[in-house]
Amino acid sequence: MSGAAAPAAERDPGLQPERTRLAWRRTTLSSTVVAVLAGKTAVASGGPVGVVAAAGVLCCACWVGFLAVAHRRIRGLASSPVPAGLVPRYAVAAVGCVVVTVVCGVGLVLRG
Amino acid sequence: MIDFVRNVRLWFAPAAVRDEGETPDYRFSLANERTFLAWLRTALALIGGGFAVDQFLPDLRWGWRVGLALALLAAGALCALRAVNHWVRCERAMRRGEDLPVSRFPALLSLVVAVVAVTMVVVVLVGWEG
Repeated sequence: MSGAAAPAAERDPGLQPERTRLAWRRTTLSSTVVAVLAGKTAVASGGPVGVVAAAGVLCCACWVGFLAVAHRRIRGLASSPVPAGLVPRYAVAAVGCVVVTVVCGVGLVLRG
Repeated sequence: MIDFVRNVRLWFAPAAVRDEGETPDYRFSLANERTFLAWLRTALALIGGGFAVDQFLPDLRWGWRVGLALALLAAGALCALRAVNHWVRCERAMRRGEDLPVSRFPALLSLVVAVVAVTMVVVVLVGWEG
């Protein structure tokens, strides 16, 4: 945002694509922490084994889904010096993973 | 409310966002994306906090523990949904050349976090006395 408007082919001196890539990395790390805590909650839960296992597996699937979205976006960012913007489908997929984790978490907390 | 429904429709229709206005400088789009990710991390932190309250405060009474955990989880889900909604609104405003949307959400979230923090202090102090 700051700095002179560079020609399209030139590298952005503000390193915006790199900063965005690192923001995705940080977010995947946060989601990893949440997945580990969800796993701990599932393991410690005293509910029916089937329900708890299903919730735990779903949380893991959400984590993998989030990693996949982040990976594809990071590859998209690296593909050109002037990367295309985030498409809403990826944003919604990332948020969907988070929301499904919350739904599983609510179930686990109530059962625990 | 109608605006919200239109925004939700935009979440799933990338082409509809592209149809409007002009593509902004990619750096603005990336900055908007990073803001979205920062809000998503805030949401993940709230969710992680919810799980942590449930798992690592076993001495709390059941009602307090589950209530706080569910409140944090719900706040996290709300924060995540709001993040994508705000991202879509900002993206569209940039395309149309309008002012960026303003929001009461940060103030609201700050108040909620402050209330929960004070509650936790009280709960911990009372718990220790008991």
